[in-house]
Amino acid sequence: MKLRRLKAMAVKEVLQIWRDPRSLTIALLMPFTQMFLLGYGVTLDIKHIPVCTFDREASQNSQALLKRFEASQYFTITRNVQSYSALVSAIDRADCKLGIVVPPDFSERLSDLGTTSVQAILDATDNNTANISYSYALAVVSGYSSDVQISWSSQQGRPLQLIQPMVVQARVWFNEDLDSRNFIIPGVVVVIMALVGAQLTSLTISREWERGTMELLISTPVKPSEVMCGKLIPYLVLGWIDAAFCLLIATQWFGVPFRGTILTLFLTTTLFLGVVLGIGYLISVLIRSQVGASQIALLVTMLPAQLLSGYVFPIDQMPILLQKLTYLVYARYYVTIIKAIFLKGADIPALLSPIMFLLVYSLAIVALAARAFRKKLG
Amino acid sequence: MSAFRDTSVAPIIVKDLVKRFGDFVAVDHVSFEVARGQIMGFLGPNGAGKSTIIRILCGLLRPTAGHAVVAGIDVARDPEAVRQRIGYMSQKFSLYRDLTVEENLRFFGGIYGVPAAELAERIRFAVDMAGLAGREKALVGTLAGGWQQRLALGCAVLHRPPILFLDEPTSGVEPASRRRFWDLIHTLAQENVTVLVSTHYMDEAEYCHRAALINQGHLVAIGSPESLKQKALGGEFLLLESEALGPTLTALQDAPGVLDSSVFGNAIHVLVADAEKSLGELASYLEARGLRPRRIARIAPSLEDVFVRLVATDTANRRQAA
Repeated sequence: MKLRRLKAMAVKEVLQIWRDPRSLTIALLMPFTQMFLLGYGVTLDIKHIPVCTFDREASQNSQALLKRFEASQYFTITRNVQSYSALVSAIDRADCKLGIVVPPDFSERLSDLGTTSVQAILDATDNNTANISYSYALAVVSGYSSDVQISWSSQQGRPLQLIQPMVVQARVWFNEDLDSRNFIIPGVVVVIMALVGAQLTSLTISREWERGTMELLISTPVKPSEVMCGKLIPYLVLGWIDAAFCLLIATQWFGVPFRGTILTLFLTTTLFLGVVLGIGYLISVLIRSQVGASQIALLVTMLPAQLLSGYVFPIDQMPILLQKLTYLVYARYYVTIIKAIFLKGADIPALLSPIMFLLVYSLAIVALAARAFRKKLG
Repeated sequence: MSAFRDTSVAPIIVKDLVKRFGDFVAVDHVSFEVARGQIMGFLGPNGAGKSTIIRILCGLLRPTAGHAVVAGIDVARDPEAVRQRIGYMSQKFSLYRDLTVEENLRFFGGIYGVPAAELAERIRFAVDMAGLAGREKALVGTLAGGWQQRLALGCAVLHRPPILFLDEPTSGVEPASRRRFWDLIHTLAQENVTVLVSTHYMDEAEYCHRAALINQGHLVAIGSPESLKQKALGGEFLLLESEALGPTLTALQDAPGVLDSSVFGNAIHVLVADAEKSLGELASYLEARGLRPRRIARIAPSLEDVFVRLVATDTANRRQAA
């Protein structure tokens, strides 16, 4: 490899990137739009579940219960209806996910029998949300229930002693607020880097074929390795810039904690960029049309990074076969690394195994890409 | 090794070259040599195989059989060694349109490893040659065709290659620019650069030291323009002007001493075995049939006459053989 030719190649590529609005848009705008789109769009926290109430008693007691729902951050009462049919149609129109029905004998049974019931009707088309709403509703009702019990006992002059034989002292580590954003945003960074990285390089070789410049280029003494490195280096720098953007948005805008070191992030990101830029380049060598190459790059980076990397969907909850498949998904290692760097402040020794995987992956891809490019027509 | 790169050996040697794409034979046992400092023209209709031969010589395509030796190096065996010694202009314009004149030259200077100390001088040379002084900062895509082609030539000779392959460099360029381009080729040849240039403008063969006519993948004729005109036709040309072109053409078919005749514009070109003899005979032969030619004169055939006739007979012969 000659430095002179490598430099000529890299300078040419930089000039072309600079003059091509498409490359620059992908490189600089995509991280912003994706970060905000996915950062806000993908959330696992369920708050402000719309609730529809049907208070058939309309007593002080029933209103006190419903106020509890109103007060909870998990629920928002969207409608108060006066009939079952109105409740059903509210659920049908998705005006609410949960219907709370207070029976007409709510207070009567409470004072006569000491126990009473409320009905919860759940829209379980999204079973996950339904499950969570149910447990939140249960918590609201039991909270009210124990308050009733306390005030009842004190009225009768015997202060209640609540006995709990065992309690769990929970300490939540790494994501103390259990805010799903802290867990998702670092994963979003991975998806963006995979997407942008492969998109950028997927165009570089196919562009030369499409514009007819390749024929002249391969008639020169330039070596395939010089073409590859000359083309990848400018995009690696762009990748670093993108990573810095993502880091800034994640920490400054979304307030995700960053507990690791920039150096660890830089080194692991470089390895990951080696893989995705290499994949894009490889696709570009194999597919000679820009549109085709960009589509395939989208397919092979976006899908696995979204579904099989564990960035939202936990890998250990997948069927065994899929779990095995995720070992092939390079994004999985970077997701592990990035989350650990952001939230745990992990250093390189702690991340040695995913780093080794990424290293092997990037070396293999780059070796493959270097061999795939032949200085021949047809 | 040094014997291989002996300067007494012809810079381009092609022997029994064959290239097949599947069932299609693009190059069919072609052999020729080009001497140092010579301009060899490749002529022939589109799809005749001119570009394929040039691409093989540049190491862009692998030959199916035969040998291509450039600068004493077998191209199929060591294409990289050949690439350092050649300049190439492909048929399709292939400089970077989104780069400026100077950026393109710097890029190819770097890729060809032109020494940094020489680069500025070489770039100035190429800019002057292309007539682009003062437009170094213009994007190449904004230049007119003739300038683009001259710049492409400038890029191809930046590293002073001893051998130059130009694939239809003047196609789509206006006549004045074409003329200027050929002047540049001659200047290079005077500096002992060996040039192989293809064209589909038959008249451009006159500018070459030697021309090779290629049809359907094989070499039909090769030689200097003069020798091609004399030898290839096997006869001499007469020009015949007449009011009644059609009947005259029919009558000529059976006329004594006439080998061939064809309409060229509003006259007939007649190929005869002996011009002196036919000049007198034809007039009386036609008058006897009530056709009064306005004028019969001896003409020097153009290369176009030669090639049109050679390609037609070659195509007919090959069809018969098949």
